[in-house]
Amino acid sequence: MTAQADDQLWSAIADPSRRRVLDLLVSNGDVSASWLAGHVPFSRQAVAKHLAVLEQAGLVSRRRHGREVLYQVEAGRLDQATRAMADLAAQWDRRLATIKRLAEAAHAQAKKGEGSHAPIQGGTS
Amino acid sequence: MSGLVIEGEVLIEAPVAVVWRTITEPDQMSQWFADRVDLVVEPGAHGYMQFGDQGGPVVVETVDPPTRFSFRWNHPRGEEPVAGNSMLVEFTLTPEGSERTRLRVTESGHELLDWPDAEKQRYADEHRGGWAEFLDRLARVLAKGQPG
Repeated sequence: MTAQADDQLWSAIADPSRRRVLDLLVSNGDVSASWLAGHVPFSRQAVAKHLAVLEQAGLVSRRRHGREVLYQVEAGRLDQATRAMADLAAQWDRRLATIKRLAEAAHAQAKKGEGSHAPIQGGTS
Repeated sequence: MSGLVIEGEVLIEAPVAVVWRTITEPDQMSQWFADRVDLVVEPGAHGYMQFGDQGGPVVVETVDPPTRFSFRWNHPRGEEPVAGNSMLVEFTLTPEGSERTRLRVTESGHELLDWPDAEKQRYADEHRGGWAEFLDRLARVLAKGQPG
């Protein structure tokens, strides 16, 4: 996945309104924009805009059914997004583990230094 | 928080001041974050991070020693990062006694601007686990629903 496709994907999912739309599409299968508009707290125009962004990111596709246009989730693309997200989480886990190692080593070093500068610590009581 | 992407937490056996230096001093940051870090840790400071042959600008947002540090990145080149076009990385340090620190990080995305607050809160509550959980759940539902 290229960096640009990545950006498109993230900004598509980043918006909670669009996640809500995706959510509804996943649980209800093929539905129209007007059906969606009846199930969200924002306007029909907003739904249309969100669908366009999701479509551009490859997360949803549409098909004509009689006089209606129905939207559906692209499972493969969603799966790809899930994996990319897991990678991002793993990256932060690695960073946190490194921070822990660095901070603990620095602290141990400082304590050792303190010990050698103050060898009679604890000998007063 | 809407737009939440990732959250992580780690318990570190070191005082909060040591952890603060580890996450904010550029020579330390270059060991856990990027290959090269050009950054002054001051609110509003513009810096640059190099990862291999790629890199990008970062802008420091909050510097509240020794408990809060945040910056924005992944904004479009040439634009000022604001809520809506960038990712916000926030570190929160909580001392647990004098020798131990809880470090929490969140990376969050494009915040929602046009919902009523109550709706935002409700949605955030429903998606407390962030995107990873959201996507995971969707993928599970999809896998169940897919014929074959």
